[in-house]
Amino acid sequence: MRRFFTLLKREIAHYFRTPLAYVVLFFFLLLTGFNFHSGLNALNRETGQVTVVEAFFNTILFWFPLVLIFPLLTMRLFSEEYKLGTIESLMTAPVRDWQVVLAKFFGAFVFYAVLWLPSVLYFWIFQLVAHRPAATSFSCYLGAYTILVLVGMFYLAIGCLASALTQNQIVAAIAAFAAICAMFFINLLAQLLPSSAPFLIELTYYFSTVEHMKEFSRGLFDTRPVVFYLSMTAFTLFLTLHVFQYRRWKK
Amino acid sequence: MIKVEALTKRYGSVTAVDGIDFHVERGEIVGFLGPNGAGKSTTMRMLTCYLPPTSGRAEIAGYDIFKESLRAREHIGYMPENVPLPADMRVHEYLRFRAALKGVPGRRIKERLTDVCDLCGLGEVSRKMIGALSKGYRQRVGLADAMIHEPDLLILDEPTIGLDPNQIRQVRELIKNLRRHHTILISTHILPEVEMTCSRVIIINKGKIEAMDTPENLRRQLSASGETVVEMKVDNLKAAASKLRALAGVKDVSHHPAGDWTRFTLSTDGDPRERIHELAVAEKWPVRELTRRGATLEEVFAEVTHADER
Repeated sequence: MRRFFTLLKREIAHYFRTPLAYVVLFFFLLLTGFNFHSGLNALNRETGQVTVVEAFFNTILFWFPLVLIFPLLTMRLFSEEYKLGTIESLMTAPVRDWQVVLAKFFGAFVFYAVLWLPSVLYFWIFQLVAHRPAATSFSCYLGAYTILVLVGMFYLAIGCLASALTQNQIVAAIAAFAAICAMFFINLLAQLLPSSAPFLIELTYYFSTVEHMKEFSRGLFDTRPVVFYLSMTAFTLFLTLHVFQYRRWKK
Repeated sequence: MIKVEALTKRYGSVTAVDGIDFHVERGEIVGFLGPNGAGKSTTMRMLTCYLPPTSGRAEIAGYDIFKESLRAREHIGYMPENVPLPADMRVHEYLRFRAALKGVPGRRIKERLTDVCDLCGLGEVSRKMIGALSKGYRQRVGLADAMIHEPDLLILDEPTIGLDPNQIRQVRELIKNLRRHHTILISTHILPEVEMTCSRVIIINKGKIEAMDTPENLRRQLSASGETVVEMKVDNLKAAASKLRALAGVKDVSHHPAGDWTRFTLSTDGDPRERIHELAVAEKWPVRELTRRGATLEEVFAEVTHADER
């Protein structure tokens, strides 16, 4: 376990050592801050049925940076080590393959969590200034952040897998981006599917991250997406582990 | 310390290492010698559990590299070829990380760090970024990393490649000093290095072991066919050459002028220097040089690795 935490610590530290992390952090905060601002503006003009939390988590300005950051956070993880050859000194130390994979995954996850932490502040400030809660109940926060964590885990796992496949960071980023986009836009398929196949339409909703967020940010907990994201994360990490091992076997 | 049995590695249809067997005892320094692409690095990567062997088995300190790879790895300090290092860490950060990763207890890390930095002369650069280091210092960081957890066995893949002669000498001294506490396996194609540091040599070519012995023994095998050089002043070149050739133990004679003098190069069996001297005295040829050169490891190496191409 100590080895795992040594690896994890190094992965986290690695993010804060590279300029990429700060560039990502800067533009991410810029976009989410702008998103919050424009959400409040919109609510000011027309009093709709939505809360501030719902308005924040369900706009294009929220989704756009979200989808973009995963490839940026994960493309480096394995590809860089393959390219530099540091994977050789890493894997000849007494560490297990799964320890390396999990350390990289959770390292990326910690940085992802750091990206989202300031948004908690937005709602707190809103309450301070507007003297009214940003959501109707606490479960809205809980729901929104829960789905954020779940989606984050799954998409980061996809990024890990893409990075484990190649020593080229750009290829890893594009592959991860394509896979995440495919997952993300799957509910658009519903409009193309014949209405005579309600099962298929239902199925796309089951996969749709946008739909999940809509529900959860209203404070509606559904166990199906929870199971979906957790199991897909575990499965993708399992694939990553095997790809990672396979690269050495086939050499 | 190392036990290798019929170890084989195939990359697709290419056989990089072809059923090699060898043993290394505790406390030995073994030189792993071969031309580029002979399978040195592949063998080392298998021993360090980085690449799985296609067939055969190997043990490090009694642990099977495949079944108990974690245990085996704990006993190995490995310095890969070209020393891959992360550019964006400081030297002491990196060594600290590596120490923890290799299971050095927290309270001992500082002590070990000081030790290896002293040993490898990293004191003044320990706060520098690895990316800013010169090749020689990078090599030393790699060596420090290999030693930080006090392994029984050091496996060094071309530790002096790309260094200038001064740095090579420093690294060589370092390796010599390590001999008391470690078993060492070094791969290299620099021959003087092997002659100076190693107690045993394994010559590998095209994935097969061609020779395995002490450097002295390997040289002795070839020393019979040494070379003797004699520089004399002779009147009749042809007659002198044929008289030299007639001596017992001289196989062939070639000569070329060196000013007023003539330089004869004799390929010889055994040591005919005394007979050459007697001949010169009898013929009243003035002699200004008479040297015999035993085979160097270089010649052994050339003989062993290119035997089939001749």
